[in-house]
Amino acid sequence: MNLLAHLPALQIVVPLVGAPICALLFNPRLAQPFAVLVSLVTFAISIALLNQVLAEGEVVYRMGGWEPPWGIVYVVDPLNALLLCLVSGMAAIVMPAVRLGIGSETTERSRRLFLTLALLALTGMLGIVITGDAFNLYVFLEISSLSSYALIATGTDRRAAAAAFNYLVQGTVGATFILIGIGLLYMMTGTLNMADLGERVVDLRHTAPIQAALAFILVGAAVKAALFPAHAWMPNAYTYAPSMVSAFFGATATKVGAYIMIRFIFTVFGAEWVFGDMMVGWVLVPLGIAAAFAGSLVAIWQTDLKRMLAYSSVAQVGYISAAIGLGNKDGLIAAIVHVFNHGLMKGALFMVMACVILRMGRADISSFRGLGRRMPVTMGCFVVAGLSMIGVPLTVGFVSKWYLILGAVEAGMWPVAVLVVMSSLLAVVYIWRVVEVAYFAPPPDTARVREAPALLLVPTLLLTVLCVAFGVATDTTVGVASYAVSFLMGEP
Amino acid sequence: MTEALVFFMAHANTWAATALLCVGLWVIMVRGNLFKKVIGLNIFQTGVFLFYISMGYVRGGTAPIVVDDPDAVYSNPLPHVLILTAIVVSVATTSLALALIVRIRESYGTTEEDDVIAADEP
Amino acid sequence: MMTALPASWLPLIAIAVPLLCVPLILFARRFPDVRETITLGGASLLIVIVALLAWTLTLGPVVPLEVSGPIANLPLTLSVEPLGMIFALVASFLWLVTTIYAVGYMRGHHEKNQTRFYVFFAIAIAATMGIAFAGDLMTLFIFYEVLTLSTFPLVTHAGTDEARRAGRLYLGILMGSSIGLFLVAIVVTYTVAGTLEFQHGGILAGKVEPALAGLLLALYVFGIGKVAVMPLHRWLPAAMVAPTPVSALLHAVAVVKAGAFSVLKIATFIFGFDLLGSLTATGLLQAVAAFTVIAASLVALTKDNLKARLAYSTISQLSYIVLAALIADPAAFLGGGLHIATHAFGKITLFFCAGAILVAAHKTDISQLDGMGRVMPFTFGAFLIGSLSLIGLPPFGGLWSKWLLIEGALDTQQWILVAVFATSTLLNIAYLLPIPFRAFFRPLPEGASSRLHEAPMACLVAIAITSAGCVVLFFAPDPLIDLLARALTRQGSP
Repeated sequence: MNLLAHLPALQIVVPLVGAPICALLFNPRLAQPFAVLVSLVTFAISIALLNQVLAEGEVVYRMGGWEPPWGIVYVVDPLNALLLCLVSGMAAIVMPAVRLGIGSETTERSRRLFLTLALLALTGMLGIVITGDAFNLYVFLEISSLSSYALIATGTDRRAAAAAFNYLVQGTVGATFILIGIGLLYMMTGTLNMADLGERVVDLRHTAPIQAALAFILVGAAVKAALFPAHAWMPNAYTYAPSMVSAFFGATATKVGAYIMIRFIFTVFGAEWVFGDMMVGWVLVPLGIAAAFAGSLVAIWQTDLKRMLAYSSVAQVGYISAAIGLGNKDGLIAAIVHVFNHGLMKGALFMVMACVILRMGRADISSFRGLGRRMPVTMGCFVVAGLSMIGVPLTVGFVSKWYLILGAVEAGMWPVAVLVVMSSLLAVVYIWRVVEVAYFAPPPDTARVREAPALLLVPTLLLTVLCVAFGVATDTTVGVASYAVSFLMGEP
Repeated sequence: MTEALVFFMAHANTWAATALLCVGLWVIMVRGNLFKKVIGLNIFQTGVFLFYISMGYVRGGTAPIVVDDPDAVYSNPLPHVLILTAIVVSVATTSLALALIVRIRESYGTTEEDDVIAADEP
Repeated sequence: MMTALPASWLPLIAIAVPLLCVPLILFARRFPDVRETITLGGASLLIVIVALLAWTLTLGPVVPLEVSGPIANLPLTLSVEPLGMIFALVASFLWLVTTIYAVGYMRGHHEKNQTRFYVFFAIAIAATMGIAFAGDLMTLFIFYEVLTLSTFPLVTHAGTDEARRAGRLYLGILMGSSIGLFLVAIVVTYTVAGTLEFQHGGILAGKVEPALAGLLLALYVFGIGKVAVMPLHRWLPAAMVAPTPVSALLHAVAVVKAGAFSVLKIATFIFGFDLLGSLTATGLLQAVAAFTVIAASLVALTKDNLKARLAYSTISQLSYIVLAALIADPAAFLGGGLHIATHAFGKITLFFCAGAILVAAHKTDISQLDGMGRVMPFTFGAFLIGSLSLIGLPPFGGLWSKWLLIEGALDTQQWILVAVFATSTLLNIAYLLPIPFRAFFRPLPEGASSRLHEAPMACLVAIAITSAGCVVLFFAPDPLIDLLARALTRQGSP
């Protein structure tokens, strides 16, 4: 049996099977290494798939050998491949640190269940990204959503449960909207396969159900992506969740929402129609810019730094949506590249929060006082990742920003370029606020505070280094993104 | 008058589903009791389920179980299958929501959203 | 890259040398003498490399070095051309001199965190080299940002609240202008011209309508916050809270000159003289620069704090170079390029003296300096030399750059600018000369001792070198002028 031929299936099967095994392990102490092993294998599979796609083009896998459109297919194109690597990569980096990140509040038994949920969430997100069937997407969406609701509720703050509940309600409404959209599409075309839908929708675009389907799916995806004004669930959810969870989800969950938008706009409905007759660009761009400003402005006033990062994520999702809404090549490259880059940046920043919480107990601005001397490596990571958020050259943030401004200028939308730039300047304020306090303010007490332990510090450092590495050597990310864009836009 | 009635009855399933959707959403948004929100969520999702299933009905069709008659017309089984999955998801979601409500009750002592928010005010 | 001549690698080596000093300095942080030796050694090595490069340039053009950069289709180029060469020569030479000065100052003043100081100094110099040798706008922008960030710890060295506020203003204005205006201008330039490389005659000619070109010019002039055109000048006086070696090198030479250099380079090799001459925006921006020249000089007159007065003088002098760029005339270009050198030497002398006065006599205000010429004759003598050079009197180098600038204004028949230069010269006299005159010709305040108490020896050596530089530039400006003239020819330009 040729293992390589079944890679797409294995990408899902490995974490999916790993999850119940993790829950049933006889020795609870084995759960952590097992979960790490599973995520590493999953990551290896993603890399292999990326290589395959870059070499051979789109990879289509028929589940159970059934031909589409009757059977479910997994389709790996350059866009998917990049996102698979992002999601499984983040899992692989964050998983080893879980024991420390949540260790103090949980027993080994409950930690086993935590890891099970994490693997399920991983499965769900990978499934959303890799599947080529619309309903399958909904199923995986719910798998990942349910596990994320539960994971967020594991936070020790009592508000975590309420935050998870709100997220559950809003997220389910959003996912159900997507379900309605898929139902309308099925009703009109008789198929659920995305590629097939793409062909059949062409003749039906004037019908109300198809247009309604577009609306429902975009709104549902917007809820999942936390695009303003459907972002209400996110700040509380990421603030009260354990930092590991915020690190993982902050880098992946909302990006997957953006992916759903991209996939449906380009593969199912067709970009020229969506941006042309349906003028979706005129919705996405203003909302995105509004998100960028609103998110950045609110972030400036937060004292709880995890909440600040959450609002910053609202802003970043705004950039991604605006980039998609521009509808041109560079805009889409900007969106895809920023999906990846922001994952790295936010992952690094949330990991910094995890380090600080471990040592200081809280992550609000007063616990950062004097941290530059007490935890130099951790603060160094914050500075670098923060510079990346601002968009300083030689970091990944600059690359995304460049393509976004380029896309806006090329689309003739000067005001958008100006607004993007102005909102980035707001990022300077909320990042530099923390840097100032860390390096200029004296520590709040005289307790001896050690640097974060290696198990937490290494993932943080790794993500920070990647922020710079991918900001200098951009061939991989931008190259894959450009390849993905030419795929999505149907160019040869 | 008759055209209106015909129009209404021809899409009766859609109207019913839409009504349930709206009721469900209204309950979620307006009702402050957490249990009621969950109920609203369920009503909302049920509306969607009904919409899907009714979509699958083929006029003059029978239940989609293979019979020996070669001329038999079956209703579309696919929506049924899809909705089975969705129902399972809905059940899981509801149980998770209820578990969360139990947790909230333990922490806050109440299941009213307003009281929960008020309890966290500094 | 295999086919590039060995000389093409020299710019990269010039950037690498200061960076390589960084780990060595960190390694030696517990041994101050070793640490200082490393910096001095690195600076000397850098001068050798830059001088070698200059000599190579006189033999013929140097092939640019291309590396792939963060943005696809936009490789980063390091190219050697005369204007950048001048800037690199000045910056590298003065790094060595300033390090000598800094040794005396930092130890004499018992400054803390000296290792941090030398480390970020080295990084800033590396960034300056990058700016000097940038062959395209992307490279320039990257090193420009690195310079801003690496000088932030230097500006806020003191760690006090005042330093923190100065740092905020510094970062706010410089980052705000560079991301908000400069970057946008670069993106638009790229969309219009298809390239970002510096070329003879500019890359925008014929590709852009006048309105857009004018807007771009404004975006560049205001986006390059380091050149401190009003109203984006506030960071300069605020940054004076930094230790004097920082003010001296960075704000008399590297940071502000990077801004002036960028403006001059962009005006000449992105826009081109012909395009600039045809835009109405050029005239408007000249008015802004002219206003800055006069206004900053007037403010300087009102300042009693010595460093503040020198800061506003710098703002005024920088707009000289902005005017040189906007006059869009060969003579003005030569004047602007030469002014980078002459102003650097003159201003750094003045700042060194100000620092010496602070360390030796603990005085910061001009009103406190009556009669100090007896206590610190050497320092105030050098101050006089620096002032005369800045004013533009022989036998000091500042004469030539002013001469060329006025010649450029005359060439293009911009009489108002001639008047601006002349007025500014008078104002220079008014705010600079009183200082050494008070020191030498007024009596000391009662109770003050008139014993000789000069600055530390290292500081005096540095001051001597830079003052000598002012004189040398008067007698031998030709190598620089000839080199600069080559920049305007087709073969000599990037």
